[in-house]
Amino acid sequence: MDYKRITLLCGHYGSGKTNIAVNMAMDLKKQYDNTVIADLDIVNPYFRTKDSKDVLEQAGIRLVASQYAGTNLDIPAMPQEMYSLTDDRSIKAILDIGGDDRGALALGRLAPSIRKEGDYEMLMVINRYRPLTRDAASTIEVMREIEYAGGIPFTGLINNSNLGDETTAQVVLDSVDYAEEVARASGLPLVCTTVEKSLYEELSDKLERLFPLTLQPKIR
Amino acid sequence: MADKVLMKGNEAIAEAAITAGCRFYFGYPITPQTEIAAYMAKRMPKIGGTFLQAESEIAAINMVYGVASAGKRVMTSSSSPGISLKGEGISYMAGSDLPGLIVNVQRGGPGLGGIQPSQSDYFQATRGGGHGDYHLIVLAPASVQEMADLTIKGFELADKYRMMAMILADGTMGQMMEPVSLDFDIKPEPEKPWATTGTQMKRPHNIINSLSLVPEELEEQNFKRYEKYAEIAKNETMYEEYMMDDAEIAIAAFGIAARVSKNAVNEARKKGIKAGLIRPITLWPFPKEPFMKAADHVKQFISVELSMGQMIEDVELAEQCRRPVTLCNRAGGMIPSPEMVLAAIEEAAKNGGAL
Repeated sequence: MDYKRITLLCGHYGSGKTNIAVNMAMDLKKQYDNTVIADLDIVNPYFRTKDSKDVLEQAGIRLVASQYAGTNLDIPAMPQEMYSLTDDRSIKAILDIGGDDRGALALGRLAPSIRKEGDYEMLMVINRYRPLTRDAASTIEVMREIEYAGGIPFTGLINNSNLGDETTAQVVLDSVDYAEEVARASGLPLVCTTVEKSLYEELSDKLERLFPLTLQPKIR
Repeated sequence: MADKVLMKGNEAIAEAAITAGCRFYFGYPITPQTEIAAYMAKRMPKIGGTFLQAESEIAAINMVYGVASAGKRVMTSSSSPGISLKGEGISYMAGSDLPGLIVNVQRGGPGLGGIQPSQSDYFQATRGGGHGDYHLIVLAPASVQEMADLTIKGFELADKYRMMAMILADGTMGQMMEPVSLDFDIKPEPEKPWATTGTQMKRPHNIINSLSLVPEELEEQNFKRYEKYAEIAKNETMYEEYMMDDAEIAIAAFGIAARVSKNAVNEARKKGIKAGLIRPITLWPFPKEPFMKAADHVKQFISVELSMGQMIEDVELAEQCRRPVTLCNRAGGMIPSPEMVLAAIEEAAKNGGAL
C-alpha cells in the first residue's frame, strides 16, 4: 500500500478499524521508519490499539494513546501528544478513530490542520455483515454522519466484510457487490479489501488490492 | 451463512428485543452496556418506537413501570450500579405483577467498581435485589446468539407469567462479537385484559398498584405469587449438560465462566480425567435436578465464578451437600483462565474427588 502522511481509519462501530490500524502501521513501518500509530478512540473503553502495545513497541512503532486507555477509568480522554501528529511533519501516522459519528468528534481539533496540510487519506471501513450497515444506503448514512462530526471528507473505502470466526472466502466474495455499490454510490475508490491472513492465498487471484490482516489478540 | 450478521452481544439484545415487538426502551448509559441504548436510539425512531434516555436509572425503571401497565412490551438495561438504583422500581413492578425485561450486563463491584466483566450480581438477581418477597426469571446467556435468543424468551416468559425477566450477562458477553442468526420464530403476544388501556365505558377500571391496605389481602397476593413461582420452577428451568454422563468431577458455571470451563473440561478429558459441565441457563429458577442426579456419580463439584462465590450456595442446596463443592474464582473484573480451571479439576482428581 502507498501511504499519505496521515491515514485516518473511521467507520461504524465494530467494523474492524483497530485491527486494520495495527496491521497498516506494521506495513507502513516497512516502508517508512518514523511511523506512528495513534489511538484516538473516545467511545469504546475496550478493544483498543493500546491492547497491542507490546507488538507495536517490538516493531519500533511509536504509540500515541491516552494514559487511561485500557484501564478502569472510562472517560473520553485524548492523548496529550495528539498535536504532534499534525505538528511534526517528519512522521507518517495511522490514526485509529472511534466508531460512528460520536467517535469522529475526536477529530474536531485536528481536522483543520489535516485538511490544510492536505497530505492525508480518510478511509471508511465497511462490513456488510454488521446489522446497521448491511446495504449501500445505510452504510452511506453512517459515512455522512462521520464526515459531518469529524469535519474531514472521506477519500476512500476499505472493505472489511467478515463474520468473525465463521468468515470463509465465500463470505468475503459475497460482499464484493456490496462494496462496489458503496463505492459507486459514494463516488469513492475501494482502496483495499482486508482479510484474515489464512484466507489471503485463496482469495489473492480472485480479488484485487487484497490486504492480509494478522488479528490482534486482546491482551488482558 | 449469508443471512448471519456479526454482532456485539449488546447489539444482539437490542435487535432481538425489537424483533420480539418491544417498541419502548428507557435507560441511562453505563459501561459495559451502552451499546444497547445506542442501538435503540438509532433503530427505534425508524420503526415508530420510543427510545428515551432518562435522567436517571430510577426514572427509567418507572417509565418501564408505566408502559408495562399499559400492556406493551418494554425493556430497560443497565450495569451493576445502575441495577441497584432500579431496585425500588423492580420491587414495585413485582408487587404489581407487571411483565417487562431488565438487562444487567454486569461489571466488577461492589460500589462503582470497574468496567471489566463480573458475575457478582448473582445474589441480587436471583434473590430479588429489591425489597419484599419476589423473584425475577433470570436468564444467563453464554454466547452472542443466546443474548438474542434469551431476550426473546425473556419477553415471552414475562408476558406468560405476568412478571419480570432479567438477562444476567457480563461485560464480556456484552462486548464480544460473534456471528448471529436473527431468524426468529416469534409467538404472538398474549392478550393482556388487565392492562390500563382505557375502559371505552365497556368494562370496570383496571388498577395497577402495589399498595395493599388489608394485610390479609397482601398475604393472599404473596401466596398466589409463590404458587406461580412454583409452576415456573416446574416448567421453565433450562440448563445445558456437557460430558456429564460419566463425569466424576462436575463443573457448575454460567455465562462466560461456562465457556472457559468447557475448554478446561475438554483438556481434562484429553488427560483422562472424567470431567463434565452443568451450565444453568435459568439462574432462577435454578436447575436443581441435574445436580441432584449428578451427585449419584460425581465425586466433587467445582463452581467456577467471576465472583467471590455466589452460585456455589445454590449448587450446594441443589445437590443437598451430598458431595463437596469447591470454588474456582476470580473477582473484580478478572476472568478465570482455562488453565486455572483445569488445575482445579486436576487438583480434585488427585484428591480422589474428595476434599
